[in-house]
Amino acid sequence: MSKFKKKSNASQEIPTSALPDIIFMLLFFFMVTTVLRETEIKVEQTIPKAEQLKKIERKSLVSYLYIGKPKQTEKFGGEAKIQANDVFIEPRDILLWVAKEKDKLAEAERDKITIAMKVDSEAKMGIISDVQQQLRKANARKLMYNTLKLTSKDKNNSLL
Amino acid sequence: MARSKGRSKAEVNAGSMADIAFLLLIFFLVTTTIASDKGLTLTLPPEPDDAEQIDVKIKDRNLFKVAINSADRLLVEGERLDDYTQIKEMLIEHVLNPSQNPELSESPQDAIVSFKTDRGTSYEIYINVLDQLQGAYYQIYAERAGVTAEEFRGLNLKDPKEKAIYERGKGDIPMAISIAEPTNIGGN
Repeated sequence: MSKFKKKSNASQEIPTSALPDIIFMLLFFFMVTTVLRETEIKVEQTIPKAEQLKKIERKSLVSYLYIGKPKQTEKFGGEAKIQANDVFIEPRDILLWVAKEKDKLAEAERDKITIAMKVDSEAKMGIISDVQQQLRKANARKLMYNTLKLTSKDKNNSLL
Repeated sequence: MARSKGRSKAEVNAGSMADIAFLLLIFFLVTTTIASDKGLTLTLPPEPDDAEQIDVKIKDRNLFKVAINSADRLLVEGERLDDYTQIKEMLIEHVLNPSQNPELSESPQDAIVSFKTDRGTSYEIYINVLDQLQGAYYQIYAERAGVTAEEFRGLNLKDPKEKAIYERGKGDIPMAISIAEPTNIGGN
């Protein structure tokens, strides 16, 4: 009996002195991984899914184009538009945009620029091909269609 | 005077440190968007020079023709196809041509994919089909290199060891996917 009593006397608190350290560790992880969004995306973005994904090796060489139906249809209409940085541009403006993006890079790396296109699933190929023609003219020929990873769950759904 | 100062310890109260850290942590948790920079890569052909337009004759048997119309209907090798997931197998057979079928490509090096869309084709089906086409090639490469397709795609070309695997897989088979300029039948 006396043994049991002794045990109950012992303090049963969890030591919390290391808690701030743990929290700080998590904090630093999220601080490092966070990329604060510079641009507000003004077009619908339901990105299609694909299986054969590749990663971009150097993020500094990537410039983004967002294509899709504008979110504010009453203001910009329901036709798919191209968003570069913060503004809507027409396909013919892409030459200038690419030149500006290339200027941001070091001279030796300008030819390695990659254009990542985030395109809404519902967009039509017409606008995509217009963009591609302009990119060819601008000599920015490395292209990436951003997609999500297709999971086996999606596959089963599509079969049903 | 000096004695009493030495006795009282000047400590900062660190009890609320965890709370502060929690607050910051939650802020970053909420603002974090883990960037998803993954997708299908593609290199566009160079802008054609008007001066030198060479007509290259490609034998019909080497071509693997895929066309999608504005209603997202597929035409593969002249026949209608409802399920785009079959394209991968068809293309692998076309490229490798294990049975020496006279209607399929002469050799893997000669095989060319012609991928044509309409201006009214939806982007989603375009990506799905492109995914199938690239998947077929990656599978061929991966099988030659003796790795899985996923491993093959993830190879880091800066590492000489991994580069060797890549070279062994790719060898002299080019990923010849030609994306033609879309037609404008459906309009947009």
